[in-house]
Amino acid sequence: MAKSNKPIVWGLFAAGGTVTAFLTPALVLLTLLPVFGVMPELLAYDNLRAFAGHWMGKLVLFGILLLMMWHAAHRLRVTLHDFGVRADGAVAVAVYLAAAAGTLAAAYFLLRI
Amino acid sequence: MSERIVELEVLRFNPETDTEPRFQRYSVPCMNEWVVLDALNHVKESIDPTLSYRWSCHMAVCGSCGMMINGEPKLACKAFLREYEGVIRVEPLAHFPIQRDLVTVIDDFVTKLKRVKPYLIPKEDQPVEAGEFRQSPAELKRYKQYTLCINCMLCYAACPEYGLVPKFIGPAAISLAHRYNEDSRDGGREERQQEIASNEGVWECSFVGACSEVCPEHVDPAGALQQIKIKSTVDWYKEHAMPWSKK
Ligand code: SF4
Ligand code: FES
Repeated sequence: MAKSNKPIVWGLFAAGGTVTAFLTPALVLLTLLPVFGVMPELLAYDNLRAFAGHWMGKLVLFGILLLMMWHAAHRLRVTLHDFGVRADGAVAVAVYLAAAAGTLAAAYFLLRI
Repeated sequence: MSERIVELEVLRFNPETDTEPRFQRYSVPCMNEWVVLDALNHVKESIDPTLSYRWSCHMAVCGSCGMMINGEPKLACKAFLREYEGVIRVEPLAHFPIQRDLVTVIDDFVTKLKRVKPYLIPKEDQPVEAGEFRQSPAELKRYKQYTLCINCMLCYAACPEYGLVPKFIGPAAISLAHRYNEDSRDGGREERQQEIASNEGVWECSFVGACSEVCPEHVDPAGALQQIKIKSTVDWYKEHAMPWSKK
């Protein structure tokens, strides 16, 4: 039997899952801080913009966004399969195209900063 | 020792006379410390000798008494009656065809087990005079947990993916392949990868994790499958992105 080619997308899925699992709680916390009236100077607009403006910041953000989107795409594919949607080929094309479009958009907007 | 009347609702099916399975009620006088298998044995001995089910060891080692108890895959010899209230519903293992009553047809699992070559394929041939293949405790620890599988198939009954896609090789067979792959004396990984790194192998798994929850021997088949996914991904990149690298 032929070995599967799923490792390509699964590799991105697994890496993205790990990144998301670590970052989501931090993002939730950071989003909640201003709600409680805490606004660390570090997170001020100018600072964040400067971070995204530096090429290393861009690279980090791009890596995270790429992994998250490919993770979400593959998760959606598997979930649809579990829900009984049997058109796996069509689903795969749709979700991965969306992730590819998102990846390109991320690159475009990051480069414009 | 106290006694209690337990109501069992057992699935019955006789392929010679029935077209459909049906449920039959038994009121069984049981000891408090009995397991479901004791209750079934009591039914067979003193109430209804026509009831068919598999069992052998009565101590969770032979793996033959797997059945659905109140909808959950369990070993009947490990399911204590005191943990259940009211009517206890007993059915054959899910996802397998019924042969008769609680007895299922397990050919699918046995065929898959054979496909993954669950035996040692020595790395190098060694004459008997050369002595034994030595192994350190650390090397043993890598695969020991996966040797504990008793082939009870509870994990197949629990796995929704196997229910949806019956050609999925499934948790226990893949974990057993992993058991030999992780053995320092073994050299058969590439042969097994042909089966388990295919679409019907580990890639059919969507990490639901139900197999590990129901496994009576704590084999953690889901863990084995995820480890194989990681290793197969590394393989894939080695084979495709670095064709010059020979393992
Ligand atoms: S992995 Fe666990 S549940 Fe599955 S067959 Fe082996 S012992 Fe049974
Ligand atoms: S009778 Fe052997 S495992 Fe239950």
